Amino acid sequence: MVDRTTFRLMLLILGVVFAFLYIPISVLVGLSFNEGGLPTAWTGFSVKWYAALLANDDILHAAGNTLVVALFSTVLATVLGTLLAIGVEIRRRNGKWLETVIFAPMIIPDIVLAIALLSFFSLLGVKMGLHTIIVSHVVFNLAFVCAVVRARLKSFDWSIVEASTDLGAPVLTTLRRVVVPVLMPAIIAGALLAFTLSVDEFIIAFFTAGAGRSSITLPMQIYAMIRFGVTPEINALATIVMSVSVCALALSQRLNKGGLPGQ
Amino acid sequence: MSTDRRPLLLMSPALLWLFGLMVVPCLLILVLAFFRRGIYGGIEYTWTFENIALVFDPLYFQIFMKSAGIAGLSAAIACVLGYAAAYAIAAMPRRNQPLLLFFAVLPFWSNYLVRTYAWIVLLNREGLIVNFARWLGFEGELPSMLYTEQAVVIGLVYNYLPFVILSCYAPLSRLNSEVTEASLDLGASRWTTFRRIVLPMTVPGLATGFVFVFVLSIGNFVTPALLGGGQFQMIGNLVYAQFLTANDWPFGAALSMVLILVMLGLLMVQAVVAERASGARSENG
Repeated sequence: MVDRTTFRLMLLILGVVFAFLYIPISVLVGLSFNEGGLPTAWTGFSVKWYAALLANDDILHAAGNTLVVALFSTVLATVLGTLLAIGVEIRRRNGKWLETVIFAPMIIPDIVLAIALLSFFSLLGVKMGLHTIIVSHVVFNLAFVCAVVRARLKSFDWSIVEASTDLGAPVLTTLRRVVVPVLMPAIIAGALLAFTLSVDEFIIAFFTAGAGRSSITLPMQIYAMIRFGVTPEINALATIVMSVSVCALALSQRLNKGGLPGQ
Repeated sequence: MSTDRRPLLLMSPALLWLFGLMVVPCLLILVLAFFRRGIYGGIEYTWTFENIALVFDPLYFQIFMKSAGIAGLSAAIACVLGYAAAYAIAAMPRRNQPLLLFFAVLPFWSNYLVRTYAWIVLLNREGLIVNFARWLGFEGELPSMLYTEQAVVIGLVYNYLPFVILSCYAPLSRLNSEVTEASLDLGASRWTTFRRIVLPMTVPGLATGFVFVFVLSIGNFVTPALLGGGQFQMIGNLVYAQFLTANDWPFGAALSMVLILVMLGLLMVQAVVAERASGARSENG
């Protein structure tokens, strides 16, 4: 299809772009295992920076908070987003405003949603903490779950629903025993995506966490550490956070071939 | 009747959630922008246009223009690199394309802060690039690359490049090779074929990429704060400061409102570009 020179040029472009994308994060991962911790010299392989993380109470506390936020917001968003997706696809003829409301959480700048929620909570006099981060994360997470599940529903065979209904199954039974099992891979893929997004989310958490250090999350802790300077501990922490996202995403992709939003 | 209501029943929990925690708070921002700031930093409930006017005060408007410039430059660079990469992926054997695309997009889903931090490691005074230059034999004081406008642009391009690759790949992979072959057979050069056939048919992907990178960049506050240094201000940092340090929420709300309007305007432009391209396609077909 393409001649040899063009093909070589294409390979060159891919090489350059992939180098640009992967060298910075690879350097980070490499340095996290450098005994001396400095980028100036390689002094030997070591996991001591990872051990240092485990001894750091601030980081463990933040990691615990992040897990709580991610788990709760993922469960809520998965239930809400899946129901939304099923409803939207049954209904089919949805107005433009509805599509916009569902799509908006994915494109609205984080900072805008963050300050909107901060103003909202403080005007209502809601005391902010982990619970406000959780309900805020559900806003964008449910949109992503909905997008993944809807992609799967496009090829859903609705006649099995009719069959179930004709055989006398109540609506809820049909939903629970027929629709949800078929959608399960997409639902889990959506949940994994939501979990990653929640673990990584910084700006909205930062604005809706309230005062004090009690509800600090891992990205907030990382931000504080980065502002303080480059340390080997951050390299190790960054490597762990990145691995978690990559694993969750790879799993999600595997369960739901090509069903991620935009692909 | 009941068959009509059931889907609404399924949708209502999520829609209520989005209404209560997205639509209402965003409308609140729009209202807040027209209130006066209280003497001690609170909100005084009297109507005013002062906040909106203040956005266009030269002092702040200049930050707006600088942010737009940086966002535009980042979006343009990301579009050139992203389009080239997407084109190259689409030229590879079909069975390899999903994997290449997956690896091109993978960094996009890892932590934003971590990706930005990676550039601090590379660019700082004792960082890898400076060390590499020394190793190559450069002597003396090297200019600091961190805490510059260029560092901010690099960071933004790096973070959002995968998005452009994704949005450009979709139309490029759908491109029918018969059309380009026909153009080449009829005697058009490769460059003409690209300029007159390939580019016009894939411009919606490019427009989507540009608009998204621009929107995400102009409101960004993490990258300017980390790679631009403490003195560096973009609109995102200004909004951040109004809410968390200066305590002038109405002005912060006014800034956000303008940000939302810019975003909506660009999304409309993008929709028009997409519509025109699809119109041109159906005319050709």
